[in-house]
Amino acid sequence: MATMPPVSADAARRNLRVGLLAFAGALAMLGLGYASVPLYRLFCQVTGFGGTTMVASESEAARAASLATGETISIRFDGSVPANMPWTFQPSQSTDTIAIGERDIATYVARNNSDQPITGMATFNVTPEQAGKYFNKIQCFCFTQQTLQPGQEVTMPVLYYVDPAMLDDPNMAGVEQITLSYTFHRAEDPVTPVSPRIN
Amino acid sequence: MATTAEGFDAHGIGHKDHGHDSRDHADHKPGFFARWFMSTNHKDIGTMYLIFAVIAGIVGGAISGIMRVELAEPGIQYLQWWAQFMGGANDINTALHMWNVFITAHGLIMVFFMVMPAMIGGFGNWFVPLMIGAPDMAFPRMNNVSFWLTVAGFFSLLFSLFVTGGTGPGAGTGWTVYAPLSTSGSVGPAVDFAIFSLHLAGAGSILGATNFITTIFNMRAPGMTLHKMPLFVWSVLVTAFLLLLALPVLAAAITMLLTDRNFGTTFFNAAGGGDPVLYQHLFWFFGHPEVYIMILPGFGMISQIIATFSKKPVFGYLGMAYAMVAIGVVGFIVWAHHMYTVGLDVNTKMYFTAATMVIAVPTGVKIFSWIATMWGGSLSFKSPMVWSMGFIFLFTVGGVTGVVLANGGIDDNLHDTYYVVAHFHYVLSMGAVFSMFAGFYYWFPKMSGRMHSELLSHIHFWTFFVGVNVIFFPQHFLGMQGMPRRYPDYAEAFTFWHQVSTYGYYIMAGSMIFFFVNIAYALLAGKKAAANPWGEGATTLEWTLPSPPPYHQFETLPVITDAHDYHDHRPVTA
Repeated sequence: MATMPPVSADAARRNLRVGLLAFAGALAMLGLGYASVPLYRLFCQVTGFGGTTMVASESEAARAASLATGETISIRFDGSVPANMPWTFQPSQSTDTIAIGERDIATYVARNNSDQPITGMATFNVTPEQAGKYFNKIQCFCFTQQTLQPGQEVTMPVLYYVDPAMLDDPNMAGVEQITLSYTFHRAEDPVTPVSPRIN
Repeated sequence: MATTAEGFDAHGIGHKDHGHDSRDHADHKPGFFARWFMSTNHKDIGTMYLIFAVIAGIVGGAISGIMRVELAEPGIQYLQWWAQFMGGANDINTALHMWNVFITAHGLIMVFFMVMPAMIGGFGNWFVPLMIGAPDMAFPRMNNVSFWLTVAGFFSLLFSLFVTGGTGPGAGTGWTVYAPLSTSGSVGPAVDFAIFSLHLAGAGSILGATNFITTIFNMRAPGMTLHKMPLFVWSVLVTAFLLLLALPVLAAAITMLLTDRNFGTTFFNAAGGGDPVLYQHLFWFFGHPEVYIMILPGFGMISQIIATFSKKPVFGYLGMAYAMVAIGVVGFIVWAHHMYTVGLDVNTKMYFTAATMVIAVPTGVKIFSWIATMWGGSLSFKSPMVWSMGFIFLFTVGGVTGVVLANGGIDDNLHDTYYVVAHFHYVLSMGAVFSMFAGFYYWFPKMSGRMHSELLSHIHFWTFFVGVNVIFFPQHFLGMQGMPRRYPDYAEAFTFWHQVSTYGYYIMAGSMIFFFVNIAYALLAGKKAAANPWGEGATTLEWTLPSPPPYHQFETLPVITDAHDYHDHRPVTA
């Protein structure tokens, strides 16, 4: 526009360079915003942040068992389904007392109450949240999707142990019970917005 | 070419030989449409930003009035009327949704369309080029794009009020737009429009930040090193970096909200392996720097004003500049103090508590340096000065409650109570707003060429000061007694202080009459302002230009010599 003050070609080039650098910085932060999604998941899986449980191999489980001191801890089991999931999903027993370090098997019972096959995927965490990094699963129905035929009822196992390292963690002092919680979501249509609440 | 007053005028003499009237050339303005709709002039764009911010402030302030009137009594008095007025159903849930819409609109308007446009777009555009001796911003046309993106964002937000947001018209998510309320909890296009509004305003601010960084790095007058820049320019530079690094993260987070809402992604949906707490982390990674974005330019203005009216250089210039840098840097690593109650473990809380408290150190450096600037100075209590002193006092009160809230343990009790509301209104609606009024009265004669009435400004100050304190001080009591924020109804025990708070609103609203009358008086009948109406304390470059400055200034760049320091940029007269 005619009213713009004259700028020398050299100054314009320098301005463009700084401007583009600044804009590249903004784009990098945008990328970082998106990168935070996998990074956050990785962070939770590694640190047990927010009660994320660990996955252990057979050899790790054997090593933990060798460190067992005979102390025990109570485990409470919890299972739920969201409103759009026509399953019943419950633990076979609500609490269990296990030796710290020894592996244990717990079972949940799931039943498809609808008249069509439904695939579900369980999400999980433990409370208190600092227990996440000591709660190790060797096998779990929550590692894969599960399909139930109409009316089918199955018993689903989870093979787990509690790492004896928790006994040395001051954050775990006073923790006498760990709650393991699952929620079985419908896998096909994960996003089903709730309809507006009408009173 | 006589684009500067006395000192830089020498160059103009030669050009008279060319037979031009030099003043006409510098002051040649395009026609109305080209000037105001296709503007590339930093002063015109600054003026438009200021007018826009005043309009948005009236809308946002009116909404807070609706809320204060509703809160004057327990029970629901007026919300159902407002819900029907906005086209909603006549039932209690729509009325309560209307409340959420009001708090959302008030927050978003005040943050994105009042404080940011006024501080950065308005005063930043007007005075950064003038103070560093630049003819204009580095990218004048992009400057225009920034402004109109902000306006478009405002209209997108207003439009969201007229479409359904789930339980009634409008987006009722709070300014934080937390998932899952903003995803599966709000069906209908209102929240999409509100999110789009943030996209537009954010894009405008990112472009503006790029522009400021380039201008300040590349276009300073010869001899004006970074360490000779006025503190207001420093404050805008730091703010621009915060905008550049924080806003894209918000853009990423709200884009994820949009795809979660409309395209079946599950970034924040546990059913698909996402985590709603991740949204809070992303939001506050932006949100905490954002509060410094809103206050840092105010810090800069206060530094200029205190020095001017103490007739002294600001105390500890480098400390003041790098305190702002430190606040900006540390501001990026304290975000989780907004989310102590999401289930952080003790160690994480300890870190965020300690890091948050560290910010009190550079902030304290600033407060004490302002006081030390006044100490032993030749003070004159002109309107900008009284607003600045009000700022120092009230911002400190807000800072002290901030240190209280920084404690993860105490916050378990105070989280989402009126104590928090009182805290952030002390630092924003008193801190940021007082600095804006200080800056407005300081620079209004320069911008308009007319003097405002000192009497009306002082009445405005005292009534506003009393009003906002009566509004917000009792909210500390309400919060400590457990009154939760974002509720239109409350137990009867809270009635007394809520009523006091509402009376305070009436006082504050009344004081704004003096502000508008003052502007009208100045524009219609105000005395003509001299180039420097504030006397020998005003030593930065904008005061070397006539009031108002010519349409184009500094076509011959002012030169900052070795004789100049960070404080005094006036031309050296031999």
